[in-house]
Amino acid sequence: MEKIKSLRKYLPTALWVLAILAVYFLLRVLIQPYSAGISLNRPIVVSRLREVGLFVGAIFLGIALVELYFYQIFFRAPRNTWSGWIIRLFQGLIALVMLQLVVMFFDLTDLIRLPAGAVKDFFWFPSNAVTSLQKWAIGANPTSKENASLFVALTVLLLLGAIFGLIQWLSGPRVSRVGLAYLLVIPAFIGVLFLIVYPFLFEIKLAFSNASLGTQATKNASYGLVYGWENLKTLFTGNVAKDAKFFEVFGRTILWTVINVTFHVSMGMILALLLHRPMKLQGFYRTLLVFPWAIPTTIAAMALRNEFDLRYGFFNIMLKNIQTFFANLSDQVTLLSPVFSWLAANIGPVSWKQDPFWAFMSVLISNIWLGIPFMAVIILGGLQSISHEYYEAAEIDGASKWQMFRNITLPLLRPVLTPAVILGVIWTFNKFDVIYLITQGGPQEKTDILVSSMYKAAFQFYRYGFTAMFALVIFMILLVFTIIYLRVTGGLKAATE
Amino acid sequence: MSRKNPIARFFRWFFFRARGDSPFKRLMIHLLLIIACAICVYPVLRVVTISLRPNDTLLTTSLRIIPENATLDNYKEVLFGVPDKNRRSDFFLWLWNSFSIVMVTSLISVALAAVSAYAFSRFRFRGRSPALVFLFTTQMIPAGMLLLPLYVMLARLKMINTSLGLIIAYSVSSVPLTIWMLKGYYDTIPIDLEEAALIDGASRIGVLTRIILPLSSPSLAIAFLFSFMGGWSEYLVARVVLQKNDIYTWPLGIFTYAQQFTVAWGKFAAASVLIAIPVMALFLYSSKWLISGLTLGSVKG
Repeated sequence: MEKIKSLRKYLPTALWVLAILAVYFLLRVLIQPYSAGISLNRPIVVSRLREVGLFVGAIFLGIALVELYFYQIFFRAPRNTWSGWIIRLFQGLIALVMLQLVVMFFDLTDLIRLPAGAVKDFFWFPSNAVTSLQKWAIGANPTSKENASLFVALTVLLLLGAIFGLIQWLSGPRVSRVGLAYLLVIPAFIGVLFLIVYPFLFEIKLAFSNASLGTQATKNASYGLVYGWENLKTLFTGNVAKDAKFFEVFGRTILWTVINVTFHVSMGMILALLLHRPMKLQGFYRTLLVFPWAIPTTIAAMALRNEFDLRYGFFNIMLKNIQTFFANLSDQVTLLSPVFSWLAANIGPVSWKQDPFWAFMSVLISNIWLGIPFMAVIILGGLQSISHEYYEAAEIDGASKWQMFRNITLPLLRPVLTPAVILGVIWTFNKFDVIYLITQGGPQEKTDILVSSMYKAAFQFYRYGFTAMFALVIFMILLVFTIIYLRVTGGLKAATE
Repeated sequence: MSRKNPIARFFRWFFFRARGDSPFKRLMIHLLLIIACAICVYPVLRVVTISLRPNDTLLTTSLRIIPENATLDNYKEVLFGVPDKNRRSDFFLWLWNSFSIVMVTSLISVALAAVSAYAFSRFRFRGRSPALVFLFTTQMIPAGMLLLPLYVMLARLKMINTSLGLIIAYSVSSVPLTIWMLKGYYDTIPIDLEEAALIDGASRIGVLTRIILPLSSPSLAIAFLFSFMGGWSEYLVARVVLQKNDIYTWPLGIFTYAQQFTVAWGKFAAASVLIAIPVMALFLYSSKWLISGLTLGSVKG
């Protein structure tokens, strides 16, 4: 009986594994005859797996060590005075090594530059010690470099393990309720520190430098308030990427954001209202309507770029057809001939790539097309959460459809709509992949927005110091917007309560 | 008079039905929705059309959905290359690069977030509110803003042109977002369950591993999916970090088709279709949960 139970429990998993294996082998057999033309092969896969596995292993090992250290602080209490002293000693030592490692990392990545000599030697001591240990291992047994690294890693781990074991042995448990919370938060804390705080500090430092391609990024760069002022001055009076001016681009960014969000919300609202009723084919429509959201943006943008082609793109083919249609009409219908010939003269293929106005229109059309389904789906979700009873009561009171929309739907939709609009504004403000993929900001940077100009300044013109200042200014603009938003909506209370 | 006349009766029924929407209105709604659907689907269909065109008629002003002399040559070339001319297909290589990089990013961020979000949701420790406000602020940071310092940093660490560099770069936006989202999920799990378990003598870790993680496994899956979707078709960051052909992710890869001396629209379209079909299928299948993730993760205004 027990056996059957456990069999039934694990059967689905086993079947899944079998199915996946079967698909894998089937694909292999099918692809085998074509393998000569495929550049992906087993060594590439294996080497990537090893690289990534080592990386993940290193991260988890590092986090485990830090966790252990904090565990000793929060969860262990020394048994008596002398053991307390020993524990404090080791804790101090480990903290010192951690500090040394962090400062060394800063030095390595050029956030700070330690003067060569005693200070540098002090902070690089752990690294130098490990290196010399490795050299000694190679010298003692000249087999291979990998073995030596393994030996060093094991030595360090054993040393740390011994220290932690000693502390564990010397101390007793301590009751702490929030200690666990800190232990749980530490991994994410380290991650955010490394991924966001550190780059941010770096950015501030870069903003006050003259780093560029000429100075080989940070290698020969000089730092100082003068450079920061210089960068700021260039930003507001000089050229942001190549020859566009800041306020021109800023104005376009606002235009871009406002037009996009307006269309997203209004069209999304219309679609949601159309869909929100008992009707046939609703699921079908919903599936088709989220296509622009579901298709990967890169693909969509590239495909749309193709459609804005001067001769072979969809839009110009259609415009051309309309033009010939009116031209024929003006030949045949003599009565309204001047009207049709005027139309034929004024409607026609447009140069989407050369004309700044139409280039901007092309990115706007693309981004609006891409963004509507998201808003429609969000608004539809909000509509569905509104109870029917309100509408029934309003109907009994004789309210019109418009009154119902104005006084029931809109207010009750607010909790959904406000964050969606705010996030929409921020995302659109920052979203430049469509612009970059369709027009690359051209012609003459007439379709660039702030973020795309910044991207270009950094990675096409290599003006690193300037870009950092640019990024800080954009961040300030967004911060001001966010603060105003938080003031208006009553802050983050709901989220942080 | 009109009661007798069948045409007038039909007219009345058609335009002014007493209850619910009149048939005319319903017809208009369906018509509008069909137009909207056509606008949404047509550009996607055009990609399919281009992918089916034979190479000599790639540039045409025809608007037919299934082109004349439709062939699958483009697909064959994208998938399996042309071994006779010693042209190898990088398609699977790009997919593998994308997959391995995005997979590891999502795994790391979900693993980090799953434990720390629990602490944010259940403990009132010192520094909690500032940390949450900080996490929220990171969502305001433009994606491109930290790219420059990250780039310089990765260059100093010799991580440009490696998958590890891109994993780090993607984690920048993925980790805070996932923490924020999962905290929202954990908040919706009733605390009574845990209290009962604690009274029965379970440890906090036991509560986390035995109750919270199993209960929130669907949301972990959504957070994973979110992180995965975020990185999967990313182009701009990848372009900065990866500059060598053999490490390209697929968005960079298919962009090379468009940058070649003769733009290979057919190959581009075929590759796009091959990638888009599974992605869109997954997306349409999971869109319901993705939306709930978005609304939970965002600020409750």
